[in-house]
Amino acid sequence: MLGPFLETLIGGLFTGVLYALVALGFVLIFKASGVFNFAQGAMVLFAALSVARLAEVMPLVLAVGFAIVIMVVLAYAIERLVLRPLVNQEGIILFMATLGIAYFLDGLGQTIWGSDIYKINLGIPKDPMFVLEQVFPGGLLIDREEVAAAAVCALLVAGLAVFFQVTRTGRALRAVADDHQAAQSVGIPLNYIWLIVWAVSGVVAIAAGMVWGSKLGVQFSISLVALKALPVLILGGFTSIPGAIVGGLIIGAGEKIAEVMLGPYLIRWFDLAGGGIENWFAYVLALIFLLFRPQGLFGERIIERI
Amino acid sequence: MFYREAGQFKTSYQSDQAIFPIAQDRWFVWGLVAFAFLVVPLFANQYLYAEVLIPVLILSIAAIGLNILTGYCGQLSLGTGGFMAVGAYAAYNLLLRVPETNLLVVFLFGGAMAMLVGVLFGIPSLRIKGFYLAVATLAAQFFLEWAFARVKWFTNYAPSGSVAVANLDLFGIPIQTPMQKYLFVLALAVVLALAAKNLVRGRLGRMWMATRDMDIAAEIIGIRPLHAKLSAFAVSSFYVGVAGALWAFLRLGSWEPLAFDINRSFQILFMIIIGGLGSILGSFLGAAFIVLVPIFLNQLPGWLGVPMSTALISHLEFMTFGAMIVFFLIVEPHGLARLWAIAKEKLRLWPFPY
Repeated sequence: MLGPFLETLIGGLFTGVLYALVALGFVLIFKASGVFNFAQGAMVLFAALSVARLAEVMPLVLAVGFAIVIMVVLAYAIERLVLRPLVNQEGIILFMATLGIAYFLDGLGQTIWGSDIYKINLGIPKDPMFVLEQVFPGGLLIDREEVAAAAVCALLVAGLAVFFQVTRTGRALRAVADDHQAAQSVGIPLNYIWLIVWAVSGVVAIAAGMVWGSKLGVQFSISLVALKALPVLILGGFTSIPGAIVGGLIIGAGEKIAEVMLGPYLIRWFDLAGGGIENWFAYVLALIFLLFRPQGLFGERIIERI
Repeated sequence: MFYREAGQFKTSYQSDQAIFPIAQDRWFVWGLVAFAFLVVPLFANQYLYAEVLIPVLILSIAAIGLNILTGYCGQLSLGTGGFMAVGAYAAYNLLLRVPETNLLVVFLFGGAMAMLVGVLFGIPSLRIKGFYLAVATLAAQFFLEWAFARVKWFTNYAPSGSVAVANLDLFGIPIQTPMQKYLFVLALAVVLALAAKNLVRGRLGRMWMATRDMDIAAEIIGIRPLHAKLSAFAVSSFYVGVAGALWAFLRLGSWEPLAFDINRSFQILFMIIIGGLGSILGSFLGAAFIVLVPIFLNQLPGWLGVPMSTALISHLEFMTFGAMIVFFLIVEPHGLARLWAIAKEKLRLWPFPY
């Protein structure tokens, strides 16, 4: 009994890592510019499509390099064409603008790269491995790709932490996140900072897109699955990188366990045609959570004044 | 030239507070309504009814609903598709289980059930706002979509999960041909738009707008946020629910929950952004724009003589909508309705602008 439960839990945690990867991109942009970037999912799709199609004609490493260049150009275009004209607008207007960007990127990505299902081959063997065979009969089944995903996520977070703590740009980013006006008045160029965060989010999107893509195949649904990062943010708080990770893990594990444990009961009680409560569990969990702790687990408390 | 309100004096409070204080506006609106009721049926064909007129009118009602919530009360909602589904399935179940019900009652019931569900999902708005509320309404969207796909009772145990209605009639008059459907939807749209216009001009509308502009300040001058926000959710969901029932009954005929997925929510949100946040007229303009652009894009390859695949056209549609959203937010945040107002203002002075 414990074995299957642990397997579900581990599978859920690994899915959670993927959510956390997407949520990380959201948090970076929200911290530095106060923009709630709905287009992060579209950026993940766009990045994954770029890598998948470029890798067909060149080695994977080179394809990733080109994809990074593409995402930086994209970040520049977004900063120049969308964010700069909308500076000083309300958050909700910026949010709707990123909704527009999301639609545009979904269309653009599929126009340029095509809309079939593409494969990204990371060179990780597909066969699952078994661990802890001496503790549980038959051992626990673990997907190698999921382990790779977790490793990528850990590397990214470590890299970002170093970037934020040690480098000059990282310090500037933290200053902007703290207070736009104060940062500007000590001579930090806001436009440049925004370009940097969007570019970094683009790179995070490449990582997320590659892991997702190798697991599910690169297709349009990635853009929608990435919406799951929103409840993750609510749980973790919009401004906290550790929050994004912890929130991702809770949501990922929670929805898998709910599907397995709660699903059969719901089907019996309400006479359902199949389960699939994964589709909404994360959102409803976030909704209930919001009622009790609106700022999230690690978010800053918002104090409002007139 | 076209707009000379000189000489139109308002001698009573009643005339000062009229919906259309300028005589030309009044005549224009009357003319437009008369044209839609009397002249359009003379020349419209099946395609025009089914692909343009009926969708535009139904989605306008939904857009008015969302506009009340988002444009007037400032509560962003991404759950419109889910609330439309509530309206559609509630209406379907009433008609299924009590077949002799009057069609109007069926649609109102759809709206009323959507209203209940809308208020339920609106409760979190008392504690949270902005993006947080957007995520909360996403919960409504995904949960409702799932519920109608999985709970067999809602679809009357249909094995395919899709349901259908046929042979509708109102007071013994059949509503089956496209023209009859069009006239029915038109009448409903006119009544609902008029009601919405009056609601937002009145006490309730002012409460909503005060809450939108600054909720804490509104609370301090004595507006109860509970009352203001939940009433906005209620009225908005009612409109959206009626629109959902109309969409299912008169546009689709047979449908499954996929017809009310998250893209429907975005579509209606785009309508009010492009049409104009906080404008009833804008809801109509936005709905017309969003319905007509794909039709136009589909015709485009034929006109240009460039063959394009349908997939490419649908991607171009995505890009166009995305670009239009950003364009309107940057250039004219008040949308098409504001452009219309500017045009009117210009016509007032033309050809002697000084």
